Amino acid sequence: MKAITKFGGKGVYVEGNDIDTDRIIPARFLKCVTFAELGSSLFYDVRFDEEGNSKGHVLDSEQHRGAEILISDVNFGCGSSREHAPQAIQKFGLKAVIADSFAEIFHGNCTTLGIPCVTMGKDARGKLSALVETDPDAEIIIDLEGLKVICANNIFDINMKESAREAFLAATYDPLDNLLAASDEIAATAVKLGYT
Amino acid sequence: MAKNLYQKVWDDHVVRQLDSGQYQLFIALHLIHEVTSPQAFGMLKDKGLGVAYPGRTFATVDHIIPTDDQSRPLADDMAERMIQVLVEATTQNKIEFFAPQSGSQGIVHVVSPELGLTQPGMTICCGDSHTSTHGAFGCIALGIGTSQVRDVLASQTIAMDPLKVRRIRIEGELSRGVTAKDVILHIIRTLGVNGGVGFAYEYAGSVIENMTMEERMTVCNMSIEGGARCGYVSPDETTFEFLKGRERVPEGDAFDSEVKKWRSYASDADAQYDDEVIIEAAKIKPTITWGVTPAQAISIEEVIPDPDLVQGLEKNLISDALDYMKLEVNQPIKGTKVDVAFLGSCTNGRLSDFEQVAAVLKGRKVLPSVRAIAVPGSEKVDKAAREKNLHLVFEEAGFEWRKPGCSMCLAMNPDKLIGDELCASSSNRNFIGRQGSPTGRTILMSPLMVAAAAIEGKVADAREVFGLGEVQ
Ligand code: SF4
Repeated sequence: MKAITKFGGKGVYVEGNDIDTDRIIPARFLKCVTFAELGSSLFYDVRFDEEGNSKGHVLDSEQHRGAEILISDVNFGCGSSREHAPQAIQKFGLKAVIADSFAEIFHGNCTTLGIPCVTMGKDARGKLSALVETDPDAEIIIDLEGLKVICANNIFDINMKESAREAFLAATYDPLDNLLAASDEIAATAVKLGYT
Repeated sequence: MAKNLYQKVWDDHVVRQLDSGQYQLFIALHLIHEVTSPQAFGMLKDKGLGVAYPGRTFATVDHIIPTDDQSRPLADDMAERMIQVLVEATTQNKIEFFAPQSGSQGIVHVVSPELGLTQPGMTICCGDSHTSTHGAFGCIALGIGTSQVRDVLASQTIAMDPLKVRRIRIEGELSRGVTAKDVILHIIRTLGVNGGVGFAYEYAGSVIENMTMEERMTVCNMSIEGGARCGYVSPDETTFEFLKGRERVPEGDAFDSEVKKWRSYASDADAQYDDEVIIEAAKIKPTITWGVTPAQAISIEEVIPDPDLVQGLEKNLISDALDYMKLEVNQPIKGTKVDVAFLGSCTNGRLSDFEQVAAVLKGRKVLPSVRAIAVPGSEKVDKAAREKNLHLVFEEAGFEWRKPGCSMCLAMNPDKLIGDELCASSSNRNFIGRQGSPTGRTILMSPLMVAAAAIEGKVADAREVFGLGEVQ
């Protein structure tokens, strides 16, 4: 696990409020015993028709090839707890998501995988997605330390759940080692509550 | 200091605070199924870790299991493989597995309460967002991702930020023909799909107090559809009565002392809340969805909304949903043609749901053009229904009576919509493509309303179809 502090990449704007996890990864792709192959199924039903032909979705457009930062609107990732959704996002090559707001379980799953979920004011976010649409090559720099997003000479303030930011900066976003370090306290809690 | 249930259960289960500011929370009960958990065992193996408290995890299969022919190997290779991986992992790690034909298999959120594994005051996790169901017993019950399933297996804990608590009081009396499903759809419609983000919902008020445990589970089940990570009801006599005599609940004096402990978790009368919403029961009508999120809902008496009456993204949201659903602005939702009727799921697949519908189905027939299936939520539900001959009532009316599983709630088993079929569904999600066809359409509703739709072949008012009470 490496600290995640500041990084940049091209952006891609996938428009829509309440984009749910069934849309991000349709249920039929959940049949897998590892997450390795999920990248190509990201947003499958909005990207491809029933014969598997591209419907010209923005994620498949030439200009946005190699984009690393996903931008969307309100309540991104609502619906199921399936980690397949952030896994598909990560395996597709996306490193962060910027949206007006996030659904909670999705946000937590992303954090554990090292995908920062960043929010910013609605106007700023609107401006950022417009910038990306007019200039797909514009680099977006996300600075978790300074809580800023920089794109084409614009500097936007961003918000983040403090515990998530802490975890990215301290490289503890995958909490397992930390959790395991408290095995004595865990055992004591189990005994206290009669959970043996 | 006076506390609400969330605070009491939280405080009891906190192991310590982590450096990130999050808390490490002990998980009393961990439930796993074949879709989101097999990968977690792989992650454990990669790290050379074992399962810390195998006796606190229970497994079942529900999502991919077919509801007609369940004989193994399953026709779908990948589904078969997922079950195999779960069976191997649970055997290796000494985790109890409720296998098909064991008499205890079923949808994870149906199985655990009916066995009495779900008990007041617990923290409960499952790699499934509808884990919120278990809150009905007075638990903090959370849906988690696969990495967290791994965390629970390895440490019996998760890292988490505390939630705020919103009390939702539903006061007064429901009118006839209005059910728990209508109550929760009404709440989500009122507060929005993301209204609950950051909150646990405490459901209270006279309507909740008078509900059965099954009804409370229906309400808590859909908390997540309103954005709330969990929802709960304080435990009371109804809760204890439900648990008494269940397979995994202690008997005699031990039961009495459990009850004493369980009772102590109920919210104190003067507990504080971060927010409170009061809903007048009399205003709740049979409520159904028209769009592609559970908040895009209206009462059966209303017309389909007009996107031109709102601005911005919301406007696009409505018009996109209308395009997808192929519905006409300003038309009554009542009368919309229905192709499929689905009764089941962790929201409404319990014995009481089938009893309620059977009582009105007797002597009536499903319109022949409608494909109607009734899917019990568990083997125990199936058995109890058969003992009462309910399956015959359904079959005589023209429903297929299936074997237990998630079935048409989601598209991971052979039960799927075809093309743009419209399904009257007692499940909990109407997302685009949710029921297995990328163009399939879902209208969420109560079991009574599904039965009415099956009979009429169109969206109908159950109160009229079955002569239930006054319609103004
Ligand atoms: S019935 Fe539906 S919502 Fe419930 S656990 Fe199964 S798939 Fe999930």
